Amino acid sequence: MNRRESLKTLGIGAVATGLLAEVGCKPGAQKLAEDNTAPAAKDAPADPSRLPNEVARDKKLAANKFFNDHEMATITVLVDIIIPKDEKSGSASDAKVPEFIEFIVNDMPDNQTPLRGGLRWLDLQCLNRYNATFREATSAQQIEMVTMIAYPKKAKPEMAQGVNFFSRLRDLTATGFFTSEIGVKDIGFVGNSPNKWTGVPADVLKAHGFATIWG
Amino acid sequence: MSDLQIKKSSTVYDAVIVGSGAGGGMAGYVLAHAGLKVLMLEAGPFFDPAKNSSQLKFPWESPRRGASTDTRNFGDFDAAFGGWQLEGEPYTTKNGTDFQWFRSRMLGGRTNHWGRISLRMGPQDFKPTDGLTEPWPITYDDVKPFYDKVDRMIGVFGTVEGLENEPDGIFLPPPAPRLNELYIKKGAIKAGVTTISGRGSVLTEALPNNKDRGACFFCGQCGRSCKIYGDFSSSSCLVIPALKTGNLTLITNAMVREVLTDDEGLATGVSYINKDDMQEYQVKGKIVILGASAGESARLLLNSKSTKHPGGLANSSGVVGKYLHDSTGSGAGGWLPQLMDRKRYNEDGVGSVHIYSPWWLGKKKLDFPRGYHIEYGGGLHMPGYGSTDGIETMNGRVPGRDGKMKEAGGFGAGLKDDYRRFYGVSFGMAGRGTAIAREDNYCEIDPDVVDKFGIPVLRFHYKWAAEEIKQAKHMQDTFQEIMHNMGAIADAPQGPETNYGLQAPGVIIHEVGTVRMGDDPKKSALNKFCQAHDCNNLFVVDAGPFVQQGDKNATWTILALSMRTAEYILAQRKKLNV
Repeated sequence: MNRRESLKTLGIGAVATGLLAEVGCKPGAQKLAEDNTAPAAKDAPADPSRLPNEVARDKKLAANKFFNDHEMATITVLVDIIIPKDEKSGSASDAKVPEFIEFIVNDMPDNQTPLRGGLRWLDLQCLNRYNATFREATSAQQIEMVTMIAYPKKAKPEMAQGVNFFSRLRDLTATGFFTSEIGVKDIGFVGNSPNKWTGVPADVLKAHGFATIWG
Repeated sequence: MSDLQIKKSSTVYDAVIVGSGAGGGMAGYVLAHAGLKVLMLEAGPFFDPAKNSSQLKFPWESPRRGASTDTRNFGDFDAAFGGWQLEGEPYTTKNGTDFQWFRSRMLGGRTNHWGRISLRMGPQDFKPTDGLTEPWPITYDDVKPFYDKVDRMIGVFGTVEGLENEPDGIFLPPPAPRLNELYIKKGAIKAGVTTISGRGSVLTEALPNNKDRGACFFCGQCGRSCKIYGDFSSSSCLVIPALKTGNLTLITNAMVREVLTDDEGLATGVSYINKDDMQEYQVKGKIVILGASAGESARLLLNSKSTKHPGGLANSSGVVGKYLHDSTGSGAGGWLPQLMDRKRYNEDGVGSVHIYSPWWLGKKKLDFPRGYHIEYGGGLHMPGYGSTDGIETMNGRVPGRDGKMKEAGGFGAGLKDDYRRFYGVSFGMAGRGTAIAREDNYCEIDPDVVDKFGIPVLRFHYKWAAEEIKQAKHMQDTFQEIMHNMGAIADAPQGPETNYGLQAPGVIIHEVGTVRMGDDPKKSALNKFCQAHDCNNLFVVDAGPFVQQGDKNATWTILALSMRTAEYILAQRKKLNV
């Protein structure tokens, strides 16, 4: 099979040739794929790349709620401070980053205590300074507070716990945003589509001082 | 009343093969195509990349954005399910030593998880002269015809280089380096480190005379398995084609308990647990072929005790389980300021290495024997979980768009812009080297522990010695020099506190050597055709027979040796010897 036939096989740019349906069709042998059709949600098509226990696990995780409403609202304010809307793309909450963080703390419970504790630490800092929780503080106060914990090298030593919390939240926010459809487009990832790799483009080679595609 | 009984099949197959990875898959392919009636048992479910791959999914199609899970240790999109721990199937370690064992119970086994890096062992790897590592009973010339056939049958890209101990293959065109890799290559060559095109089993062009497999379309996702069979995995290239002959019967979810033998000590078949109905079965074969992995094949042999084989099958020498060795592994990484704000284009390439450095110091006298190779990578990869982590370690190191230094960390529009600026600047490098096969590094049956099927489990005893640690130090020194030459900002170097980044034994997933071959039945379990000295209708076709691994990744040698053994079986059948 050449490349054009390969792509046809995938159903990209042309009608699939049927190879995918034919291969390995030993009767009874397709257990994995068939098994996967059973437990999947009725409203969603079965994904044959998932094991039945993976489908069940992810469904359960997605239904879990770790954060309370106040915590979720606070996270939403924070992630939009970290990644706001700008001229190129939407904000973290536009990209459903808070929902992603809710899923991740259920999937990776090691995040639960640092985030819950960090949010509480932040609220206490704000109550002492502004007589309001972080969420209820003014925008200017929120920015003043975040500025105290967003720069690890110049933050005051007594802010260290807040710095750790914010660094963790910044990482999760960036992952959540730049792996979303909005964020992938924003960062300019143009792969994941069939092509013929022929090396670094000529103008890029030239800009970086390489003579040929082999360096 | 108990439902439990042993169901015995009266069918006698020409061969029963345990395992469907590179070794079992190749043996099944050769024997089924030669007309033998073959039964293959696989401990996990059926898997067909054409149906079951996560290829071409975007990160948002995983709720955890591709992060790893207990069921997929290498990420949510990775083809290989399984991992370092399997529920209900423990393994143990001894005397405070460490060994990490990756298992993938599925059709194709661990060929669903690998970098498709396909290197031949060289003449000096089969007959080393360093005085510390042991020779094989066979030479490169014995194996070369089979490497050639594997190249033609499965396909491998690379360049003909004529290097002394890096035999060239029959190559498809190699993929050109990505931009990050051009910088690596330049830096490595400046450091005197030979750097050439990678060698990987990806069909960069259509494979001649093969209508079932597609040519690569460069998504770079071999690790997810390929829907058009554009790379090598045992399911797509070996087992599924063998099924099409009609001569191969495959039973999945069949966890083999032991090899059965008769009063003469010859193998008669195997017993297994069907994981679907949890019943015990016995199947018969004129020949039994183990391709269950170095660890599992040793476990099976040691668990197959009988009057004729009191120390375990094929183990009158006592070597089964001993001489276990992984590759050494140590890595480094960093980022290139000169790649900031780089132009975007599709740089996915292939899901194998585009460039690598074969061992470049030959037989030079160093404080460790032999050597290692270096695998490299970096480019405009698909964003995934964690790929933007640690911006506060980067954005304070270089001037901002206004030419002024920024305070590390931050938030807001400026931070959002930094993520864009730093996209695609990172790279990594990993050394993979020769670890010495030692009698005292071994696996054995844990006398106290069974798995959920009641099968006694493996207990590992493995320690790195001074030679491996010194080799890791050499790797780290080399990495630092290369990264300096590249003008890179390197991550913190690994020093003596981490044994220079030397990974725990097993982590590289190149474990081999537990059922070693040799000419002397007192010192080896198998002859040079991977046939048991003690039981001439029993063969091992995974990495168990390896005497001493070179720095080369094991898969291509497993394939070549399994093909060689399968052809030997066919020849012996003609002579009515087996």
